[in-house]
Amino acid sequence: MELKDKLMSSYLAFEEQVDLENDIHEVRNKAIKFFEQTGFPTKKEEAWKYTSLNSILKEDYSIFPKKEDAIDYKDIKKYLIHDIDTYTIVFVDGIYSSHLSRTTHDKLDACLMSSALDKEKYKPIIDKYFNKIVPEDSMSSLNTAFAKEGAYIRIPKNVVAEKPIQIMNFFTSNEAALMVQPRNLIIAEEGAHVQIIERHQSLTDHPVLTNSVTEVYVGKNADVDYYKIQNDRITSSLIDNTFIKQERDSRCSMHTFSLGGKITRNNLKFYQHGENCDSVLKGVTILEDKQHVDHNTLVHHTFPNCESHQDYKGIFSEKSVGVFNGSVLVDRLAQKTNAFQSNNNILIDDTATCNSKPQLEIFADDVKCSHGCTIGQLDNEALYYLRSRGIPKKEARALLMFAFANKVLSSVKIPEIKKRITKQIALKLGVELGFNL
Amino acid sequence: MLKIKNLHASVEGEKILKGINLEINPGEVHAIMGPNGSGKSTLASVIAGNEDFEVTKGDILFEKANISELSPEERAHKGIFLSFQYPVEIPGVSVTNFIKTSINQVRKAQGQKDMPANEMLKKIREKSALLEMDRKFLSRSLNEGFSGGEKKRNEIFQMAMLEPKLAILDETDSGLDIDALRIVADGVNRLKTKDNATLVITHYQRLLDYVIPDVVHVLMDGKIVKTGGKELAKELEEKGYDWLKEERAEMTS
Repeated sequence: MELKDKLMSSYLAFEEQVDLENDIHEVRNKAIKFFEQTGFPTKKEEAWKYTSLNSILKEDYSIFPKKEDAIDYKDIKKYLIHDIDTYTIVFVDGIYSSHLSRTTHDKLDACLMSSALDKEKYKPIIDKYFNKIVPEDSMSSLNTAFAKEGAYIRIPKNVVAEKPIQIMNFFTSNEAALMVQPRNLIIAEEGAHVQIIERHQSLTDHPVLTNSVTEVYVGKNADVDYYKIQNDRITSSLIDNTFIKQERDSRCSMHTFSLGGKITRNNLKFYQHGENCDSVLKGVTILEDKQHVDHNTLVHHTFPNCESHQDYKGIFSEKSVGVFNGSVLVDRLAQKTNAFQSNNNILIDDTATCNSKPQLEIFADDVKCSHGCTIGQLDNEALYYLRSRGIPKKEARALLMFAFANKVLSSVKIPEIKKRITKQIALKLGVELGFNL
Repeated sequence: MLKIKNLHASVEGEKILKGINLEINPGEVHAIMGPNGSGKSTLASVIAGNEDFEVTKGDILFEKANISELSPEERAHKGIFLSFQYPVEIPGVSVTNFIKTSINQVRKAQGQKDMPANEMLKKIREKSALLEMDRKFLSRSLNEGFSGGEKKRNEIFQMAMLEPKLAILDETDSGLDIDALRIVADGVNRLKTKDNATLVITHYQRLLDYVIPDVVHVLMDGKIVKTGGKELAKELEEKGYDWLKEERAEMTS
């Protein structure tokens, strides 16, 4: 059976598990109809021109995992940021794992989407926020249709979350192949501050396909600092759909570290909805071995006096493919916008591919917008310079790659993440450097 | 210390060095002068091990060992240092991190442990003061946005940190104003010992007013055509290179 047909019939089974009286179900019904009409995206669509899902859609995925596979903290510890205190929401094969999680309702909510959707007391918030900024596209609609579980995070007005919150999705898969669709909702109310770390990690070599949707609402003068760590196995693919709405005077930064996985697609859309917003989108992508990462970003400036900064760096080798398609849209009313975008790539060998496509649409006349993209090789002269100072070739190459990625790492505000990513990059490059960048 | 025998080198098939013979002993300062395009920088690059150049004939001996086949890093480990004519800008690596990595990689190659952090810090302070470098300078990205003078000072700072046996200064005076030239030259002079040697490569005699050479060689068309004492540099400054060209033309005809 084709995956689309399987999903359509699974939806009928899914309806038996959920409350059909809930208003949300109308949203799901609408979404599945949209998906039924459109199906999976193909390379004929401009937004998917360089990324074909064919190779991952042919698997016979299980849509509903049978049961939670028991895993211990020691199995997952290394994937967590464990050297600092955090709230942690852990899902195993899409199912919440209470014994691995540390949730809270004290001062702030860091808990489950399933209870937020079901419980009466969350209804006003769900009515106000759920599926309000998710565009009608086939992958997001598919997720909405099956929306049931994920992280629900709400930081009330003027609360500063004193610990980062980790959203961790692990896959053990009793099944041969598994498809999961986490649905996250994050609300930082006026003046709230929160740091979030999200990771999808397979513990098995069975194929895994994740199609996740995250809605992030950043209230007036609120601050959301978000990190996505994508360093999964070569058997796992991720379609990440993240939509962010910012109110006036708010700040939101998103760092995406794409270091592994079969196909990773990041649909990341920022919608600014007030003056004086600041949006930061940064990414480091280091791939080898036929891995494929596609960053599809949008920053929509609709109000005056706002800023956005996009900076994506990629290093590609051994038949890996990188895609960057970054859009900046500046409405006529969005005067005094400062929008910057840069995408720099290094191809380590001639089997790697990179497609970089910046798109700027500017309808205001008093703005500062710039973009630049480069695709090149490691600078041989720089390499020689380092070697002439006694730094061996391998280390010199690594140092240059670090230096290249450093600009993105320097804005990471959680030192443990910076340390972790630096270490992972060093590991990938097979070197040890005597300092931290 | 350095002995070059009948060295021929080419780049992309074009012959640049056509039989260089040169011997430098510990404690000596040699200068190589010559018009543009004579092969001065090529000689510096070939000694340092730049792989863009192909040695087609001859040998380079350093402390009696043939180093012609060694990589640039292996030569650095042996104590050869090249101050670049055009130091490369490397954004994202600070001067401090770069020099730390460099020193510890050299130590590693020599079978020593990393330099203790406090010792490193002390040495960085001491040597940067020698070059009258601002502390802020050390945390900046390597050579990025540096002025010509800052780049050259940074090269000599690295030399001071690495304490090479043989330092090759490739056009270190170019792009320097008189104050920077004096600071750089003072630095070079203070680093001189009876055990190390310096090879100064320059088009102009100006730097040699400060760093006094024991031997001056004139390089023309890939060969050393004249060797003399420090007075030869003065003569070249007054008369230019043309008289040597003529002299040479007469000799070859």
